Amino acid sequence: MNNLRGVYTIWYRDLIRFWHDKIRMVGSLAMPFLFLFVFARGLSASMMPVGSGTDFTQFMFPGVIGMAVLIGSFMGGVSVVWDREFGFLKEVLVAPISRASVAVGKTLGAATIALLQGSLILSFAPLVGVSLSVQTVLMVLPLMFLLAASMGSFGVLMATRIRTIEAFYAVTQMLMFPMVFLSGAFFPLRGLPGWMNVLMKINPATYGITPIRQVILGASPESPFGITLFGHTMSLWNNVAVLAVFGVIATLLAIWSFTNQEQFSMAF
Amino acid sequence: MNHIIKVENLVKKFGRFVAVDNISFTVAPGEIFGFLGPNGAGKTTTMNILCTLAKPTSGRATVDGFDVVRQQSQVRQSIGLVFQDRSLDERLSALQNMRFHVMVYHVPASVREQRIEQVLKMMELWDKRQDEVRTYSGGMKRRLELARGLLHYPKVLFLDEPTLGLDPQTRTRIWEYMLELQQREGITIFLTTHYMDEADKADRIAVINYGKLIAMDTPEQLKKMVGKDIISVKTGDDDRAAEEIRLRYQIEARHDSDGLTLEIANGEEFLPAFIREFGTKILSVSLRRPSLDDVFLKLTGREIREGKASGHRMRH
Repeated sequence: MNNLRGVYTIWYRDLIRFWHDKIRMVGSLAMPFLFLFVFARGLSASMMPVGSGTDFTQFMFPGVIGMAVLIGSFMGGVSVVWDREFGFLKEVLVAPISRASVAVGKTLGAATIALLQGSLILSFAPLVGVSLSVQTVLMVLPLMFLLAASMGSFGVLMATRIRTIEAFYAVTQMLMFPMVFLSGAFFPLRGLPGWMNVLMKINPATYGITPIRQVILGASPESPFGITLFGHTMSLWNNVAVLAVFGVIATLLAIWSFTNQEQFSMAF
Repeated sequence: MNHIIKVENLVKKFGRFVAVDNISFTVAPGEIFGFLGPNGAGKTTTMNILCTLAKPTSGRATVDGFDVVRQQSQVRQSIGLVFQDRSLDERLSALQNMRFHVMVYHVPASVREQRIEQVLKMMELWDKRQDEVRTYSGGMKRRLELARGLLHYPKVLFLDEPTLGLDPQTRTRIWEYMLELQQREGITIFLTTHYMDEADKADRIAVINYGKLIAMDTPEQLKKMVGKDIISVKTGDDDRAAEEIRLRYQIEARHDSDGLTLEIANGEEFLPAFIREFGTKILSVSLRRPSLDDVFLKLTGREIREGKASGHRMRH
């Protein structure tokens, strides 16, 4: 009970802060829009349809949603570094709530904000000619949230070990862009060089973005958007399971790391 | 229980550097206990251990009967903390900061708003409660932190350099609030400081230097340890007065620009008899106690403000 309230309080504060920061909300939409309406439109003019009768912009649409969710949640970890730099983390760490509830609250805060950002992009589906049924939306939102929570806990895990905001951004850029580019967000997972194929299948983000695309663009067995692992074509639930396992491991590591950091080791 | 804080053989090492070197002490309930020493002496490290923010290398400590390593959440529930440096969320309003605090400290929902109003009014911040904290002045932020530290009615309030960097007027007011609270709520105050006038407000002082506890007593007793009170006298004829002092009390008075200065133990008891008996006409007389500065200098051979001489950076 106390743990739940701790999680809620930590989560709620991060949402208030996000709400105060309207520019961040608008700013976070800029890049996805650029990808969708400039990059994808520009490329689709000179590209063949990707398959199943979808054009390149439509193909990119779920990928851009996935990218926004991934970046938003992963970057959300910065709030831990931010709190440390501005001193508020001490108030949090000395409170009678468990470190685990702090880690989970931070993760859920980052995930919720990323989900909001992703949902905003989802609402622009008619602009790219993708029609969404209520059922599709109800299915894709939990998938987006799973991706957000997994990447959010990964971001929090990074943040517990990084002391400055600059270093956090440097490290996340280094990890995040390879994750986005090697996730199948921008191109189908077929006919790629062997090394790239391997990296894409190791990348947990692949298992988050693929099911989002399968749900939005249709997931028939012969769909060209699937992942084949050791000759087995992964179903939607297979992908979800892989991502969920990654998410649970990242969350446990984040909790462990939060519990075992000595906040003031050099403050004397 | 005759103590609320108990520290036994506490040691904290950072690599080969010994920040806290085998210290032991107890603090009684309701006491104001001052931890005095220069920067880098080990004050904040000791306090961090007592607040569960750092783990001791060896030794043990209890706060309100709870072990600071094994019963962290009980300890955290019993204490309030005001840190040396900022720990407010400056993007939130004062009210939002307070609400966060009452939530994480499990203050019953029925009394939350009432408590918040009470402490904010006491610190004279109620009118500004909706403003974002980043618009506050340094003194207001400090008062807000103190207000927050009191919200959950802690048994022990830890104050790490509570008035560092504040102007004298604000310092005086903050101290008025704290003393009032200590009286009314009977809370124990544990404070670290390197301001001597602040340490003087404590019931007992522990002097710490290079991680070692080198003295612990009431401010009065510590000053007595240093030695004598200082009396300055102006007379009609200083030479004759000096001669009389030498003969009558066997004390060598020192001539200086304002007259004569003499050092004597128990100056308060000496002074009435001195004035009554003295043959030379006295124009004015004043009695000065040795300050804690004198105590520190005597104990350590260094001024308390030269903390950086130890060569260790204070934080980070």
